[in-house]
Amino acid sequence: MKYEFCHGSDLCEISRREGVPISEIMMRNEMEKSERTRESITAEMKSNLDVMRASIREGLEADEQHRGIFVGGDAAKLMAFAGQSNLGTDMAEVIASAMAVVEYNASMGKIVAAPTAGASGILPAVLIVCGEKRGFDDDTICRGLFTAGAIGCIIAKNASIAGASGGCQAETGSAAAMAAGALAELCGANPETVLHASAIALKNIMGLVCDPVGGLVECPCVKRNAIGAANAVLSCDLALAGIRSLIPFDEVVDTMKRVGDRMHADLKETARGGLAAAPTAQRLAERLSGTEA
Amino acid sequence: MKEYGLFDLIGPQMIGPSSSHTAGAARLGGVAYRLAGGNVKKARVILYGSFADTGRGHGTDKAVIAGLLGFAPDDSRLRNAPELAVQQGKDITVEFSSRQMKHPNTAQILVEDMAGHVIDMVGASIGGGSIEIQEINGMEVSFGCEYPTLLVFQHDRPGVISKVTGILAEQGINIAFMRVFRNSKWQNACMVIETDGQVEAEILERIRRESTDIVEVCAL
Repeated sequence: MKYEFCHGSDLCEISRREGVPISEIMMRNEMEKSERTRESITAEMKSNLDVMRASIREGLEADEQHRGIFVGGDAAKLMAFAGQSNLGTDMAEVIASAMAVVEYNASMGKIVAAPTAGASGILPAVLIVCGEKRGFDDDTICRGLFTAGAIGCIIAKNASIAGASGGCQAETGSAAAMAAGALAELCGANPETVLHASAIALKNIMGLVCDPVGGLVECPCVKRNAIGAANAVLSCDLALAGIRSLIPFDEVVDTMKRVGDRMHADLKETARGGLAAAPTAQRLAERLSGTEA
Repeated sequence: MKEYGLFDLIGPQMIGPSSSHTAGAARLGGVAYRLAGGNVKKARVILYGSFADTGRGHGTDKAVIAGLLGFAPDDSRLRNAPELAVQQGKDITVEFSSRQMKHPNTAQILVEDMAGHVIDMVGASIGGGSIEIQEINGMEVSFGCEYPTLLVFQHDRPGVISKVTGILAEQGINIAFMRVFRNSKWQNACMVIETDGQVEAEILERIRRESTDIVEVCAL
């Protein structure tokens, strides 16, 4: 197939050959594979965008209905504080939005897994909130989701997007890499620069373990999405400034796979290690199972 | 290597909190629901590994039950699925087992259809809401339901495969992936055919009638 890709280097080659950006390679790849029309694929992505936007809005409600077991209301707190944030108002709002989606997810709300539910706050925050602040319209933001999909496909094929097999680096790391690359393309970067942005984001959290308290997608997931959104915007800006990743994207992905394979099973979503093994976490987990028995 | 498409990475839309423990679990339940012909009388669900360890907090039990009721992973009724199952008179039980399986997120579902046939299915949630069906009625299989999937339960005899693929060819249905599994020679076998297009009910019926060696046909 003409738009088949497995590595970042394939994206660069196809882009040179066909003269199209990564988002368009992803679109044509999907059309080839699914035999669907451009309109039908675009409509599905727009629907995802709508659900993403609604999940930010819902997650910023701080009432009882929007709480998980351990989390809820923190996104709203940061949003209220944004004007005084050391990060600047815009960045604080982007980060609060990432937290909002994951809090809503914890309350059994409807979200878009991107690439997973545990990392679902990063792409909406970076593309929708940061994107709108840059004046991007829905068509443009939607295009960014295609770029993000292409980066994600490569990570999924060559490493992993599941905390159970690769740790948190595979979830919030992958999401940050997808968001960093997507934002870079929307800001006018060429495919090489997009991949540098993604590589930098993955490198920044290399080795991050998945250690959810009580095994729930709550703590530290909400705050890991906060740092994930910040990581994505930062990595994008580094790449846009012309800063390169010394290790190429494809090698960074392979490295993430090796690191994930060597990570102990206790640190991969089993809630037996990391923060989940801290005394307070153990007490909370016990209380949790106590109420359910 | 598993194939990943755009909407595996940006999607699916789902009810939280976990793509593997909630959405994937709902999809596993959904496969059992379709194996039972879209109407479940009774089901016994056994959750293993991480599904057993952290399933309660993730609503894994609710999600599998939702799937068994035919709800999609993005259906807001998921959180109330156990109550709805009781209201609909479905006898569904969920157990948590400490036994270690090949994949940490594994569910076994024994589902009974309205005619009283029991199907024993084992599947795993392999991340991002994707699933792998690993066993049906004790037969080792491997497919992910990413494509429209046709299951043909048959006797292991020469010529059955060509009859089925012949009908699909005649209808212009392209086969994306296909594998045949069997217990042992001349015994029960199962064809798993993943197609690029949907296989309509009339075609299923034609396949069913094509040979006495075809026991059952099921579209997932």
